[in-house]
Amino acid sequence: MISFDRVSKRYEEGHDALRDVSFTIDRDELVFLTGHSGAGKSTMLRLIMLMERPSRGQVIVDGHNTAKVGSRGVPRHRRNIGVVFQNHQLLFDRPVFDNVALPLIIAGYDHREVGRRVRAALDKVGLLKRERALPVTLSGGEQQRVGIARAVVGRPKILLADEPTGNLDPALSAEIMQLFEEFNQVGVTVVIASHDLVLISRLHHRILTLRDGRLLTGSAS
Amino acid sequence: MIGRGKDKTARREGASQSRADLRDRYNGWLRHHRLSAADSLFRVLDNPLASILTWLVMGIALALPVGLNLALDNVGRLSASWDNPAQVSLFLSEDVTPERARELVAEFAGRDDVADTQFLPRERALQEFSALSGFADVLASLDENPLPDLILVSPEDAAGQTAVAALAEEMRAMPEVTEAVLDMAWLQRLNSLLDLCRRLVYVVGGLLLLGVALILGNTIRLAIESRREEIVVVKLVGGSNAFARRPFLYTGLWYGVGGGVCAAVLVAMALWYLRQPVGELALLYQSNYQLQGLGVMGALNLVILGGLLGLVGAWVAVARHLVNIQPR
Repeated sequence: MISFDRVSKRYEEGHDALRDVSFTIDRDELVFLTGHSGAGKSTMLRLIMLMERPSRGQVIVDGHNTAKVGSRGVPRHRRNIGVVFQNHQLLFDRPVFDNVALPLIIAGYDHREVGRRVRAALDKVGLLKRERALPVTLSGGEQQRVGIARAVVGRPKILLADEPTGNLDPALSAEIMQLFEEFNQVGVTVVIASHDLVLISRLHHRILTLRDGRLLTGSAS
Repeated sequence: MIGRGKDKTARREGASQSRADLRDRYNGWLRHHRLSAADSLFRVLDNPLASILTWLVMGIALALPVGLNLALDNVGRLSASWDNPAQVSLFLSEDVTPERARELVAEFAGRDDVADTQFLPRERALQEFSALSGFADVLASLDENPLPDLILVSPEDAAGQTAVAALAEEMRAMPEVTEAVLDMAWLQRLNSLLDLCRRLVYVVGGLLLLGVALILGNTIRLAIESRREEIVVVKLVGGSNAFARRPFLYTGLWYGVGGGVCAAVLVAMALWYLRQPVGELALLYQSNYQLQGLGVMGALNLVILGGLLGLVGAWVAVARHLVNIQPR
């Protein structure tokens, strides 16, 4: 589903974020991406969703070589990928419902279908009763779950999460991870960047470890 | 065979699928247009003070050139009635006999480009002149009549200035005619003055319209800045540039349309204010001249013009600023 072939990324200021990284993630897999901060986890996710382009090497996502996706193709590419952001990236002046509905509005669904799917997604993350609430009135964990609902509402094939449990207590973190596992069980490829080693080693999934932009473990599935 | 049949079916399904896909996408596109239009309108109305100020700025900037142009139209309409000098005065030479003079009158009257002719023999001219000028005594003391025979030729109404000038020139060239007087110099002056004014209005109007587009561009730029986060999020979850652009274009359109309405109202108010004194003035000149307003079509055009300007301004701002907003 996702494959990196000798990918390097050097930022303009000369910092090497990734060096010669190769791995393949299969359909239906759930993979953790770990390493200290600045090791290249975020860069990897950004390359997958085309917020960045590799300096060298190839990134293949869902059978498409991302090098062949022009800037006009980026939005379509992103619509096939659900992303949970570390800082949530919610619209704070819009209620929960509108936030979750955004990908569906972009994809052009009619409002009945939007309503159905948004409520299904909110139900899944346990926020069905808060659909009219503004994000500021929600706790950090709830905001994170709004972000997750938005990421999955368009039924993407791939779900990326950048430190989804960053500021949450262990119980909440475990709950969130369980959510991701459930999505994975229905056939979504899930990649979670996290430095919470205690939590992710308890869950039995492949772990890709990065250090200074190099892949240390987990390159073979 | 079976394989090929299946292949065909699959292709047909593929085709109908892509048609359905296209229709869905079209519907989705239409839906987002409706949504953006409504959302932008609510945002514009939600901030009434700022919106009214923007509308007024646009309205004034639009009303100035449109109002001036309207004023010029009115003056032009007034002067159009004088556009053809009523008469060419032909002074005949002294050795033309009264018979020949009458022949000439008949000849001119038979022309297509002449509406009317009038013959004023020198004796009558002298009578009229002495009666009207108050120089009767002086004139009576003269040995002979100093005035020539006069033929007044009224050109056809449809004939333009150049045609009338040509007519006068042609008659002047006749041996019996010593002088053909066509008093149109003042009219030419008025017309070139009007032409100059019109050009000035176009220049000033063009500059004001440019200013309007820039003002709107700036307003839209501020709107974009205030919604920067939102644009970033939209782009992160797969919104295209066109999708992110749409609400701002509609914002520009609403500001423009509002500005156009303001301008139409301002022009109408100015006309209403001027109508009575103009009517009184016209009455003093025994004319029933009335100011011509914008009319429904004119007002509609003004609103459309405002909307287009709004769109252009928004487009410029969006093209410059939206593309630069990328998720980091």
